[in-house]
Amino acid sequence: MGEILNLPFMQRALLAGVMIGFLASYLGVFVVQRGMGFLGNGLAHAAFGGVALGLLLGREPLIIAVPFTVAIALAITWVRQRTALTSDTVIGVFFAAAMALGVIFLSLKREYSADAFAYLFGSILSVTVTDIWVTGLVMIFTLACQPLWGRWAYATFDRDLALTDRVPVLLDDYILTVLIAVTVVVAVKVVGIVLISAFLVVPAAAARLMARRFAVMTVLSVIIGVASVIIGLWLSYQLDLPSGATIVLLQTAIFLTSLAVGRLAGAGSPGR
Amino acid sequence: MIAVETDNLSLKLGDKTVLDDITCQVHEGEFVAVLGPNGAGKSVFLKLLLGILTPSSGHIRIWGRAPRDLPSEWIGYVPQAKTHDRSFPAIAVELVITGLYQRWRGWASAPEKLAARGALAQLGAEHLADRPIGILSGGELQRVYLARSLVRKPRLILLDEPVTGVDSVGENDFYEVLEAYRRQSGATIIMVTHDWEVASRHACHVLVLNRNLIGFGAPAEVLCSDCLKRAYGVSSTTHLSSCPRPEAHQH
Repeated sequence: MGEILNLPFMQRALLAGVMIGFLASYLGVFVVQRGMGFLGNGLAHAAFGGVALGLLLGREPLIIAVPFTVAIALAITWVRQRTALTSDTVIGVFFAAAMALGVIFLSLKREYSADAFAYLFGSILSVTVTDIWVTGLVMIFTLACQPLWGRWAYATFDRDLALTDRVPVLLDDYILTVLIAVTVVVAVKVVGIVLISAFLVVPAAAARLMARRFAVMTVLSVIIGVASVIIGLWLSYQLDLPSGATIVLLQTAIFLTSLAVGRLAGAGSPGR
Repeated sequence: MIAVETDNLSLKLGDKTVLDDITCQVHEGEFVAVLGPNGAGKSVFLKLLLGILTPSSGHIRIWGRAPRDLPSEWIGYVPQAKTHDRSFPAIAVELVITGLYQRWRGWASAPEKLAARGALAQLGAEHLADRPIGILSGGELQRVYLARSLVRKPRLILLDEPVTGVDSVGENDFYEVLEAYRRQSGATIIMVTHDWEVASRHACHVLVLNRNLIGFGAPAEVLCSDCLKRAYGVSSTTHLSSCPRPEAHQH
């Protein structure tokens, strides 16, 4: 482990990865309990549209992808709250549109873009100092929103009870969605668009199988999210495997272990 | 003193009129049962009183204030058990603590836990405190919800079909605790129910809805065949004749 810490690109990847592991697994508990697993997938594809626009304009893709994805996330939330359509349907419409826009943007570039593939599958080598700063800012903003955990959890449990107790549920939904969108965008470079939704869903799902209290589920999810990034990056370096895929497979192994342990211990069954 | 007052209260969702022109007054300390067929707007009526929904026209005053201007601790809400998300990881005492803290509490303080356990004990449910809520029976869950509601010592309790799926012993215990709290605190209770017998036995007044106001008054006046036929429609005549006569339950 000491050897790889001397490599600047691994230092950047580890720092960015740990922050992304924290963010995705912390927010992931709400994604999982609200049944919004498809949102991560949808926003990752929306991010592709933003990245493609950045590449077309010759700008830093992340700078364009962040507002682009946040706009799509807000549009999804807005339409979901004002229509009888289910979340999956609304997300499906917007993510297809954003993906289609991305394909059009890349075709307009009229030259081969290796960068686009780095974003699709993630590339540890592509993490820059700018990415670290942007991820750090998202981390600071998320930590500043930590007092909202109790309100998000309350509305996740029962929206009407939260509304009755004057929790500003709509505003909280928008803040949560924006944080998830920004996390997805900053995670794209390390994990790739194809795999980022796993970062949001798998650690939280594994934690749900082991925890019978939401606070404990949140802590376990963060531990799994961060530890899987550290161990996964080390494994990917040692075995010369793609970093994002290695981390996701490690998270899946933890999930399957939780499933087995949970079944043996009697936890993880409905309601436990 | 008037606790709850609605004046020409109406709600439209899109083109559909969900509630139309509901006017009633509930005095402090009264127990009001809200009856009506499925889709009559009973739960919507409660959500308007809770301030979750906003009327399209008309007014609601609860102790002279709009619902959203009331301190939230004045209201205890017991939702339908069937709407409960059983996949959420929580133990019963955590749910009761939301009645005090009005947020989900990650790590509750000792006084909060003590108060929540006290509220559960009052309902004979202290043994449920550390059980996951997902494995509680309908009756156990409703006792936990009632403890959550009572722990904040509310002035108004709103209940939405609270004993659906609860056995008759559990149902009697539930109403005993509710009545005892009303007697001791002078709280006002408004409860949506499908059970005419319960309405006639416990309620001071009955509000019969079918999108509009069919009747509001003492159970003996409102739970008459004519009122109920108007609420439930001609097709339910057979059902009406087979229901216990309200007068038989007056004590």
